[in-house]
Amino acid sequence: MRTASPAPSRWALRVVGLGYLTLLLLAPLVAIFYKTFEHGLAPPIEAITSTNGLHALKLSLLMVVIAVPLNTIFGIGCALLLVRHKWKGNALIDSVINLPFAMSPVVIGLALFLLYGAKGWLGPDLAEAGVEILFSVPGMVLASIFVSIPFVVRETVPVLQEIGTEQEQAASTLGANAWQTFWRVTLPSIRWGVAYGVVLTTARVLGEFGAVSIVSGSRSGETETLPLYVKKAFDNFEFPAAYGASVLLALLALTTLLAMNVLKRKEDA
Amino acid sequence: MGISVEGAVKSFGDFQALDDVSVEVPDGSLTALLGPSGSGKSTLLRAIAGLETLDAGRVTIDGEDVSTKPTQKREVGFVFQHYAAFKHMTVFENVGFGLKIRKWDKAKIADRVHELLNLVQLPGLADRYPSQLSGGQRQRMALARALAVQPQVLLLDEPFGALDARVRKDLRAWLRNLHEEMNVTTIFVTHDQEEAMDVAGQLVVMNQGRVEQSGSAEDLYEHPANEFVMSFVGEVNRLGEDFVRPHDIEVVLEADDRTEEGVVKRIVALGFEIRVEFVLGDGTDVWVQLTRNELQRLELREGQIAFLRPVQAKSFNGSTPSDPPGASTPQGSDDGGDAEVSAAV
Repeated sequence: MRTASPAPSRWALRVVGLGYLTLLLLAPLVAIFYKTFEHGLAPPIEAITSTNGLHALKLSLLMVVIAVPLNTIFGIGCALLLVRHKWKGNALIDSVINLPFAMSPVVIGLALFLLYGAKGWLGPDLAEAGVEILFSVPGMVLASIFVSIPFVVRETVPVLQEIGTEQEQAASTLGANAWQTFWRVTLPSIRWGVAYGVVLTTARVLGEFGAVSIVSGSRSGETETLPLYVKKAFDNFEFPAAYGASVLLALLALTTLLAMNVLKRKEDA
Repeated sequence: MGISVEGAVKSFGDFQALDDVSVEVPDGSLTALLGPSGSGKSTLLRAIAGLETLDAGRVTIDGEDVSTKPTQKREVGFVFQHYAAFKHMTVFENVGFGLKIRKWDKAKIADRVHELLNLVQLPGLADRYPSQLSGGQRQRMALARALAVQPQVLLLDEPFGALDARVRKDLRAWLRNLHEEMNVTTIFVTHDQEEAMDVAGQLVVMNQGRVEQSGSAEDLYEHPANEFVMSFVGEVNRLGEDFVRPHDIEVVLEADDRTEEGVVKRIVALGFEIRVEFVLGDGTDVWVQLTRNELQRLELREGQIAFLRPVQAKSFNGSTPSDPPGASTPQGSDDGGDAEVSAAV
């Protein structure tokens, strides 16, 4: 195999790659930023700082604050189980973990609806006990957790495999118990993998639309996250609000991506 | 602290790693577990440390049965082949790890760590990360880390296996000196017989999950219990039923009734030592170890015919000592079925 392709084909590849990215990724982004600030900073800022806009932002951040830590703890535990404790059930866990990747978020939303709805399997009993899941924050949290389960697991498993067990064994010969070994050796060794998973989880939770839109009922100022707010504003021809919230989401996403790149670099170092 | 293993059995699936192994390691000794890969030597070492659980048998350290004790309570120092350095910690933090776990106070930890870094000749590298050290330095750091907690016993699993030949030789000598100074009971695993003989006072030769023989290097070399030990500890040629060391064959230019004819196939100069490979009439390959002076005296050339006279040979088949070709007067033999035959020259 040749290590370097001749100049013409290399240039062709570059043009195709960059062209593809520009057309499909950059152009829409530029368009939305342009549209948003077409008439200055005031209209979008005004829209986002409206009562409903602020509430949507807060609710989106609440989803992140609840779903991300839960999925991080679960993800690390699950990865440890998959890598360090081999047993028959692992193959099943491994494929089930991937379900949220494979399933359309709308289907996930519908599944939760069927489980917790007024006529669902658990809904009536929970309603009797005074617990409201559907069309309220708990249901939205469940949907957010569901769709973002795999990220920390998927990012942590290969790192755990790579570090092997020797460092942990060394810690135990030096007198560390299982808990001390986890905190002082295992966790610091996998920290960049976990952090990468956390960033991806955050981005997914922030952006989730399908599943959350089904279970939330999308009531303005109550059960509306930023993506739902964008959709409703767009449907109602409130373009400054739609664009403003979109740009806010895009900025949050870019921040997480930036964080991800920084982490990637640390991991490689 | 003497270590004793009795009737150790361990299998991994279908693979029998330890098959009824018993070993006695005297207090303060430096013992090598020697064997080819898959012989069970590492499994045995790991079982002593508690990193493997035995299917049957027991491990005693200083008279106390530790078979069910978890690793972290056994007070063993363990050094891994690939160092097992904590990559996210500095050298200082690595060496001080066990002390921090034992909740020593900071000043005492610092004193002890620097004392150990001096001992392993790594002063001034305390703030480096393991990735900034060479292989030999990493292994010395790992050794310092294991010694920091003043273990009852020190266990080393192919400690020099990943290092290049030069560094390996240096570290061997250094480990021997260290053992003399510290006098902590030490077991180290190796597949390199030269390394085992160079470093250890006592050798335990293992093969296929069993102990073949244990004893001093000289014992094993001079009185191997069986064919395996003879061929694993030192070089050996096979002549029919007999085993002959390459330095126990005389090369002469004139035949007599005790010699066999061979053709010089290859002459390899390894410094002062010369390795001459012969093919005998029946197709057997034999090599002979000569000194440079002997070679010059004989003026051997590749393709030339010469005559080989085994001076000393061993046979492990049955109870009848078989003479080496042309041996005249058998002198004494080992006990049991194994026979040793020496020929007076």
